[in-house]
Amino acid sequence: MDTFSFLMQGLATAFEPMMLLYALIGVTLGTAVGVLPGIGPALTVALLLPVTYGLDAAGSLIMFAGIYYGGMYGGSTTSILLNTPGESASVITALEGNKMARSGRGGPALATAAIGSFVAGLIATLLLAFLAPHVVKLALVFGPREYFALMVLAFVTVSAAFGESALKGLVSLFIGLALAMVGIDQLTGQTRLSFGVPQLLDGIEVTTLAVAMFALGEALFVAAQGPGNEGAVLAIKGRVKMTAQDWSRSWKAWLRGTGIGFPIGSMPAGGADIASFLSYATERNLTKHPEEFGKGAIEGVAGPEAANNAAAAGTLVPLLTLGLPTTATAAIMLAGFQQFGLQPGPLLFVTAPDLVWGLIASLLVANVMLLVLNLPLIRFWILLLKIPQPWLYGGILVFATLGTLGVNPSPVELTMLVLFGTLGYLMRLYGYPIAPVVVGLILGPMAEQQLRRALSISQGDPMTLVQSPIAAVLLALAAVALILPMILRARGRGDVLAQVGQAED
Amino acid sequence: MTPNGASGRRPDGAAFIIALGLVALGALLVWDGGRIPDKAGYSGVGPGDVPKLIGYALVLLGIGTAIEGWRNPGPKRAKQHPVPLLWLLGGMVVMVASIHTIGFVLGSTILFTCAAAAFGERRFHVAIPSGLGLGLFIYAVFDVLLQLNLPGGPIEMAIFGR
Repeated sequence: MDTFSFLMQGLATAFEPMMLLYALIGVTLGTAVGVLPGIGPALTVALLLPVTYGLDAAGSLIMFAGIYYGGMYGGSTTSILLNTPGESASVITALEGNKMARSGRGGPALATAAIGSFVAGLIATLLLAFLAPHVVKLALVFGPREYFALMVLAFVTVSAAFGESALKGLVSLFIGLALAMVGIDQLTGQTRLSFGVPQLLDGIEVTTLAVAMFALGEALFVAAQGPGNEGAVLAIKGRVKMTAQDWSRSWKAWLRGTGIGFPIGSMPAGGADIASFLSYATERNLTKHPEEFGKGAIEGVAGPEAANNAAAAGTLVPLLTLGLPTTATAAIMLAGFQQFGLQPGPLLFVTAPDLVWGLIASLLVANVMLLVLNLPLIRFWILLLKIPQPWLYGGILVFATLGTLGVNPSPVELTMLVLFGTLGYLMRLYGYPIAPVVVGLILGPMAEQQLRRALSISQGDPMTLVQSPIAAVLLALAAVALILPMILRARGRGDVLAQVGQAED
Repeated sequence: MTPNGASGRRPDGAAFIIALGLVALGALLVWDGGRIPDKAGYSGVGPGDVPKLIGYALVLLGIGTAIEGWRNPGPKRAKQHPVPLLWLLGGMVVMVASIHTIGFVLGSTILFTCAAAAFGERRFHVAIPSGLGLGLFIYAVFDVLLQLNLPGGPIEMAIFGR
């Protein structure tokens, strides 16, 4: 069967009433967390993982993907009206979008963000559907050494390539890798770093770490900045609608944003933040209205918003076809797959085609839902921005404990929540990125297994790692991604990288 | 202005403490990896070797952090307010210590109230009932409806009978 008939089958799955309901819950929650400052899609998926234990696997995954897409939509609303991004990929949107809202053009800004997200989401999801089977074929020639090289590349791009300092990114990554060593070794059954505490034998739960770092760490950090850091919400003046001129200035930016976002998301080259930043730079260079940039140019909203949605869809390509998460949200979604006993990768397309194609098709459905949620219903979401900080964070923390208790209601687990939360606060305070810790924790054991398998096959000869052309190229790319930014930073060009490296989701 | 710009002191004390922590963590991994009997088999890499490798990397990163802290002290950090931090951490610790005896509802009430206080809501006659309400709502939805096994206590016994 070809992609088209698989996609039709997937659509049949996606239109089952229960699946529609899961998608609707996902996009609604996703939009809500995207709008709320302080919680992003990664945290929300982590919080919901334990809750979905007993639910349907396909439905839960559709819900998670809906949260991811919804977070990208909702984030723009906060950026435009509050100048505080709701999630990290919307930092760029705040540049022009907030200026537009200040000059009374909040309506068109929200409209171009929502419609641009829709266009990009639609195109990128279709690209995902048609590209994935080809990547699967490619993945079938991958052996342990190629997988190991791919993971090394992912480690480097997540931790060291962007952000203000390669050193800090690597420190975060290796803290994650160290935590990943806790528990029983998967190949020999040896216990490692568990110090006789039985609860540590299963290793550290991704959920506990993500919830602690993203929810508790963030809450501690915001609280420690003291009172009076709440921004004022700008009212939307006029209708959420675009004029003919807005349309003609937006549509090319949407397409360019999609063209930039999708490849960046689908390569292990970092997430949506980088895509939206590059799209903004492109629009600024190509615009016919350079005088408006910095004062509220509509292209500067349309392009980056399209790019971050396209990148979110692109992230699903390596996740579904190779089992390789390249962002924190994707890492936690991978934990979601594993919770249901599914291992994303080439085999998943053979063993569970209904699930994979149902998931891809329901992303198309979710996209339509999101357009409805974010255009006519936008005024409802803005009410969320009026929740006072104490209630918001009180609620987030109670839900965070709920997430941990749902995984494993032991005092050890809760103690880890407090300890990792404090670690998350300190890392934020001293400018260490959080995402590499989460990615290190989940990819660490996989990389170790692939490394040891590769070395077993070669009977211990480490040269095997570079003797396959694919593995050698991937490792070389990793080396370039590690060294090139260091040179750029040493020459004082590092500010660009620092702006890009806010990767949290 | 010093050659390093207006930012930071020299040397950066925090960087040295972070460096020490990293070296200690690395040493712990190397020690634990060395403790594991060598079962390398065909691969030549046993269960203790990857932890040792990560441990050595952490030690190197710790040294790198110390050097970086000496050469480029970080920017001066915004003043941190200790009182909200204590409210929040205190609330977490009390909740963790007591939730298995007093149950989910009271535990989350304590956490909610302390978190709200950390963010400036000190009207306890408003915060405590709100936390209680939220805890009861979550318990009803997640334990009773979604069968998530949350710790019970006297309140849960009295209302939901479990």
